Amino acid sequence: MNNFGYTITRDRQIDFDKLPRDIYRELCQKEPSVKACISCGTCGATCSAAQFTDFSLRKYILLLRRGDHKEVAQNIDKCMFCGKCQLACPMGVNTRNVIHSIQQIITSNLITLNENAGI
Amino acid sequence: MKHVVVIGGGVAGMEASAKLSEMGVAVSIVEKADKLGGKLNRWDRLFPNSRPASDLLAKLQSGMGKDIRKYVNAEVSSVRQSLKQFDIALSNGEDFKADAILISTGFDVFDAHRKEEYGYGIYDNVITSADLEKTFRKGETLKTASGKKPQRVGIIHCVGSRDEKAGNNYCSKVCCITAVKQAIEIKEQNPEAEVFCFYMDLRMYDRHFETIYKEAQVKHGIQFIRGRLSEAFENADGSVMLKAEDTLLGKPLKINVDMVVLMAGMVPSSGNRVKEQLNLTVAEDGFFNVADAHYESSGTNVPGVFVAGACTGPKTMENTINEARSAALAIKEYLR
Repeated sequence: MNNFGYTITRDRQIDFDKLPRDIYRELCQKEPSVKACISCGTCGATCSAAQFTDFSLRKYILLLRRGDHKEVAQNIDKCMFCGKCQLACPMGVNTRNVIHSIQQIITSNLITLNENAGI
Repeated sequence: MKHVVVIGGGVAGMEASAKLSEMGVAVSIVEKADKLGGKLNRWDRLFPNSRPASDLLAKLQSGMGKDIRKYVNAEVSSVRQSLKQFDIALSNGEDFKADAILISTGFDVFDAHRKEEYGYGIYDNVITSADLEKTFRKGETLKTASGKKPQRVGIIHCVGSRDEKAGNNYCSKVCCITAVKQAIEIKEQNPEAEVFCFYMDLRMYDRHFETIYKEAQVKHGIQFIRGRLSEAFENADGSVMLKAEDTLLGKPLKINVDMVVLMAGMVPSSGNRVKEQLNLTVAEDGFFNVADAHYESSGTNVPGVFVAGACTGPKTMENTINEARSAALAIKEYLR
């Protein structure tokens, strides 16, 4: 078949009616302090991993709130658990446990997640 | 006895009248509606402590002794300065002389019809913050046009505020906290409902506001999305599709909600007609100029004419009451 160089671009839109938000609900049960996150970005500014990768806890919390877990699943293991974000967070979010809980939830839901994301 | 005419019988006018009267000044208060209290009559519960609006109104009313002459269903039809006095004629035929005038004409609620893209008056399930407050005041549960409990509600901040196209470049100051208050009240009525607030900036500037905002997030799970509503569409079932950008994620976002609440801002009162007759100046936002922004916020460019409350810009009830007392003092000093 001829290859004309066309590709299909995936829809970037966050669609609340399609994306599942049960992962965030589970996260809130495991680490309720995540609910206080105000997306200020203090965690990201001090993050050791963010200096070398595109790790951003602020973004991952937001993505999970919107039900978009794919990017989170791909990147959540980049955290080195140094804990600087937890010292810096103005809202007292237990960031280390947030990241740890995300890792646990993602690992235990990996198959379902991949199916939902069409992987 | 010196005589002061207070134009506008809302929160500012009532409190200033009470204080002036206490200080031995003769006061006449003019209100265009059929009763005193202004916009406070339309509130159910007040931020920051959920106190019933009727409770504050009763407090204000207790200061309105019989020494204060009250003219309701009346407007100032003409006012003229003659030497150090003012000749004032009312629409009901009354006329009198005043030694000083206090303007406390407040604000009008922004007409949300003007933001046509949000569908107010066009879509069945788009209401304003004022409409929602009315529902609460009647003790009713929030229902969609078809009589169902909304499972998803979108609250839109800054409707008619910070909007150059609407002609209002300023912040209306109280809508952010009103949005959070009403979001919590919707959740209290229906804990299963999901509530989303669409904001540009959250302005939680005053005492207790930040606490209420945190309560909204942590206790009630209200979701805050940083992005201004760009379009709203009505679905066949009456629900409304909202489109915004989630600016913290840099992605477009789409959500279907059962109801939309527009946080209508404050605009200068249409009752400000006295300004031409008194040669009072207004700023580019349409609200009255004050004599000195820091030191003389009750004075105007005309000696003997004073201002208090939201006629000099959006403000909370607490600030309005403080301004009313401050204006009463300034008037008392002026009359000396």
